[in-house]
This record gives sequence, structure tokens and C-alpha cells, in this order.
Amino acid sequence: MKGAVKEKSGIEPPASPVKARKGEEHFWNGDIACAEGAIVAGCRFFAGYPITPATEVAERAAERFKSVGGVFIQMEDEMASMNAILGASWGGVKSMTSTSGPGFSLMMENLGLGIMLETPCVVVNVQRGGPSTGLPTLVGQADVMQARWGSHGDYEIIALSPSSPQEFFDLTIRAFNLSEKYRIPVIILADEVVGHMTERVVVPPVEEIEIIDREKPSVPPDLYRPYRFDGGKIAPMAVAGEGYRFHVTGLTHDERGYPAMNWEAQDKLVRHLVAKIRNHVDDIIDLEESYIRGADIVVVSYGISARLAMDAVEDARREELRVGMIKMKTIWPFPEARIRNLAQKIKAFVVPEINLGQIVREVERCAAGKAEAIPVSHAGGYVLDSKAILDAIRKGARIKK
Amino acid sequence: MNQDVSLREIGNEYELEMMPDHPYDPLLRVERIPHVWCPGCGIGTALSSFIMALNRLETPREKISVISGIGCTGRVAGYVNLDSFHTTHGRAIPFATGLKLARPDLKVIVFSGDGDLIAIGGNHFIHAARRNINLTIICVNNFIYGMTGGQLAPTTPISATSTTTPHGNEEPPFNLAHLAAASGAVYVARWTTLHFQRLEKAMFEALNHSGFSFVEVISPCPTVFGRRNKMGDGINMLKLFQERCEIRHGADTADVDIGLTGKIVVGKFVDKEKPDSTGARKGNGKGAGGEAA
Repeated sequence: MKGAVKEKSGIEPPASPVKARKGEEHFWNGDIACAEGAIVAGCRFFAGYPITPATEVAERAAERFKSVGGVFIQMEDEMASMNAILGASWGGVKSMTSTSGPGFSLMMENLGLGIMLETPCVVVNVQRGGPSTGLPTLVGQADVMQARWGSHGDYEIIALSPSSPQEFFDLTIRAFNLSEKYRIPVIILADEVVGHMTERVVVPPVEEIEIIDREKPSVPPDLYRPYRFDGGKIAPMAVAGEGYRFHVTGLTHDERGYPAMNWEAQDKLVRHLVAKIRNHVDDIIDLEESYIRGADIVVVSYGISARLAMDAVEDARREELRVGMIKMKTIWPFPEARIRNLAQKIKAFVVPEINLGQIVREVERCAAGKAEAIPVSHAGGYVLDSKAILDAIRKGARIKK
Repeated sequence: MNQDVSLREIGNEYELEMMPDHPYDPLLRVERIPHVWCPGCGIGTALSSFIMALNRLETPREKISVISGIGCTGRVAGYVNLDSFHTTHGRAIPFATGLKLARPDLKVIVFSGDGDLIAIGGNHFIHAARRNINLTIICVNNFIYGMTGGQLAPTTPISATSTTTPHGNEEPPFNLAHLAAASGAVYVARWTTLHFQRLEKAMFEALNHSGFSFVEVISPCPTVFGRRNKMGDGINMLKLFQERCEIRHGADTADVDIGLTGKIVVGKFVDKEKPDSTGARKGNGKGAGGEAA
């Protein structure tokens, strides 16, 4: 479960996440697959609040966690849910919550606390149409920038995006692994369609699944420091009740975790929070590439839109258009280097997403005028029409470079 | 007694001085003292009572966690030499809930202020009381937002002046003891910082009580509350507490509202047993549903 092939190039057809996989077969919707993936990852604490279309994640957790020695609690709101999972994580228990748009907004405050305290945990957002209450039962992908920038202040974040129940299962495990490794809340940006569609999900034998647990301190308590601001390295994490008697705060702090109200401390801390992700993008970014070699158009998409996009790519290839595909399983950090590199060689990127232009702006920024970035947009409530994506590919093919 | 050598800065000079350890030093992060609180503030007294109560507690110290929110009292977590968490405004209780449920073996204490716990955190407060999870909540009530300079709190008495009620407060305040009791707290006590020994006893009882226990600490804030409401300095405010307080154990919490003048009823109001829901949640891994997929 190390994620799929990274930055692979060539003329390979798309990988099927379930094809030729050995293991126990299930017929699960994405939300259930997520809760089951969390259990496999070792998550034993779930705090949540009902919200469509993410409720099934919580319901599955409520049904299952007790039987695996875990705890489920329904909190009074999403602010409480987010805090409860931080508290549980500092108790040494892998923890998660799940929500959708309005709840995700409420979680932003304490997502920031999780980032500041460097707390491993997983936050699932099964996206629906917004803004505000929007379309509770219908799909959207418009929380991409909120996932990146939604909490105040400067920071880096990790966000993963599944395009099938199988990937929802796989990426939930990966989200826990990344959160434990980098001591950071990891967001899973799913969407209503992936959350509610039911498909075959193969659970591999436990011994084949890589599980990463946070590094524990090896020094005596009087030498322990909860943080380390040094080139993006991650400090081992003590948890409550082990005698380390640590202090952590949402205030700007030093490596001891003590408040430090000055610009020098701020500079060290914030640069560390950013560096610990930016210095490890090669480990974190997981792209699934198809037909990239020789392509002069590359479709960049994620979540349910990536599946529709793949249909359009296959159709375009039947028209002998030279088009490749990048399915982003990691949305944040953004694969800047890959887009920058491809922009030198191709004519255009086509970016289908169920919003009015979020990832396309990132693509445009990284392409820096070397290749066009053509959006395929939808305000939400329905999946994209693969014909609209095909039209955008054709438009890209007509560009002279 | 152990001697600790420390450096004291005097202008640009350093002086070596020998400081004897205080018996309670092991429970404090002495390197972080002096604290941030103003002269005459009661939070330091509340912290002293708390430290004394902890000192009597049989729970091993590595099994105690203190969680604070934001505000003057929110700084308490930073001074106790225990696993301690300074969280976001109003959210100490849900953070504590997560920690306690994940680790029922820990003694989890929330120590924060009235604005933090009851205004921005009010919903978390009543729901935690309703759940009756085994937490101790210590709330310093100084009737004002101190850290931000003296704004209206949910506890500010009617007609009191604050920077956001310059013409006098027109809203009735919460009666915290009544709110806690009505929401399901199994232990509710109120003392002022003048009653530091009774306060210590109440904290000790609360810490040993199973379920959601609540101790309200009435504290002077001479800097931004007393000054604007003509109550004088910290000593004068304590004198006022002495004149106004009436000890009435078992009082009906509906009758213990606090006004700008008049009686402040203190005492132990609620002390009852009710099954707490902490332990019931954690599964043994053997229940229905089998093992992990």
C-alpha cells in the first residue's frame, strides 16, 4: 500500500485499482470503504457529527469501532469533533473525523491547531455542492482551495483525493501513514459520488499493507522537546501519560513548546511547518499517469472527475489525438515540478473539475505560459460530461506551439 | 532542601543567586515564572489552590493532563509541570473529551476562564456535562474578558461597565453553577479566591469525583473589571468578596445568581453520583462485528 506508481511516464494504459489484486473482496460504497480503511490503518478513535454525504463514514465507524477496541463519539458540532480527534491523538490513539462542506468550514479553526501542535490525524471531506448549505446530496469539488488555505496563517497541508471506493480505502490508509510520518492532519478530499457509489473493494492481506506509526521519543523526559525546527525534520512525539510532562500550545512556540512572542520564533516555526512538507514532496505526491509519453495534451484531474476524464481521453485517443492523463491522488502539496516540466513539452493542459476553476489555476501558475491551461468547469450537482472534456481536448489539440 | 543555581538579569549584568526550591515547585514550570497575570489578579491564587489539591491527589503525576483554552486563565496550562495543552478559544473541553476517551486511565482537567468556557465554548460545556464524561472543569470567573482588555463576558453582571458596554450592561449574565447543574454536572462548587483553602478542598473533591465535576472560582480582575466598576484594587475586591459572600452548602443553584452588588452565595451546591459514560464507550475488540477487516 505504498500508493501507486509515482510520476510514471510512458504509454501504459491506466492502472485499475482493483484489477489483479489479491485479498478479501467486498461490495462497499466509498464512505464505508473509508471507515474500513481507517480500521486497517490502526485508527481507534472517531469523533464526528452527522452531515450528508459523509454520514455513512461515521455510521460505519459507530458500528465497527467498538468491535476493534476503538471509541466512537458523536460530538455536538464539527469544531468539537476536530478538537476531540486532536485530544485523542495526543493520547497516542490514531484518530479521524469525517464531514462535508459546512462541517469542513467549522473544522478550519482547529485544523490550524492540529497543524500548529503537529498532531497526526485524518479529516475526511466528502464534498458536496456549496457555498453554504448548497447541495447536501449532490456532488461538488469546490473545497480544494479551502483544504489548502482554509485555516488562517501560513502552513502546508496534505490532501489526497480518491476516485473510487477502492481508492477511498487505500488512500485512507495512506492518509494515516502520512499523518503519522509528518505529524500533520491529512485531509481526504473525496466527493459525494465517490462516497456514495458502491463498487468492488479488495482488502489485501494485512501483512501486505504498510502501516506507519509515529516515532516515539527515546530520550529521558528532561531532555525531551516536543518540536524540532531543523530543515523540515520531524520531532518524535510523546503522548500524554508517559511521564514526559510536555507542554504544547497554539501560540507561536519554541522547540520546548513554550510560547515565544517574537518574530524570530515565528520565522523558525512557520518555516518549519512549511519545510516539513515541501522538503518531502517526492515522498508525498502520488500521481497516476497514463499515455504521457508523446502526448501534447495532458488532462489533469482528480476524484470522480478523473474517471470521466479518462473516458474522454480514451475517446480522444481513438480520434488519434495525442493526449495523456494525470490522475492526482495527492492534491496538496501540488505537483508543481511535474506540471512545470510537462509544460515545456506539451501544448495544453485540460483540467476538468466540479468547480469554476481551482486546480486549473495551480496548473496555469506552474505552466507559467509555456502551455495553456484549459478549464472544464461545472458548478456542482452533477458530474462532468465527458463530451465537454473531449471538446476541451480537441480545442487543446488545435493550439499551435 | 535542594538548592537551585540561577542567573538573574539586572540591566546588562547577571547575578548568580541561590534559590531554595519551594515544596510545590515540582508541579510548576518554574522556568516560566513570573507569570503573565496582573497584580491583584486571582488566577495565581486559583492556580495555587489547584497545585495544593494536585499535591494531595493520589493519581501519579504522569497520569494527569491539564487543558486550557484562550484567555488569562487559559495560560494556566503553560505553568503546570504536567502534560499540558493550550488549545484554541472555547475548545478545551472537546479536546479534553477526546483525550479522556482515548485514554480513560488519565485524570483530565480543563482549567479555563468564563468567557472561554461559557461563551465561545458554551455549547461544548453543556454537552460535556450532559455526557457526564469523567472530566474536572475549573472555571475562573472574573466577570470580564481580561486578555483582550475588558469586554463584556457572559458572566458580566447587569449594569456593569465594560469596554463594550460603556453605558452599562443590559444583558442578564449566566449563573454558571446553575448552568452546570442543569446540564448534568455531578459536582458543582463555587468559591472565591479569598477562600483559597475551601477552594483547594473543592478542587480536590472534584478531582476525585467520577463524572463531570465543575468548580467555579470567583476571582478579582482589578485591572479591567474592578477599575471600571469602582471596586478598587485586588485587595479591595477581596474585601468586597468577604463582605458579600455567604456560604450556603446545598443551595438551590437557581438562587445563586451574582449581581454587581448583593450577595455572592458560595459553597458546595451539587455532589451526587451518576454513572459516567467514559468507560462504556471503549470496546474490548471482541464485540459484534469481529476483527478488523
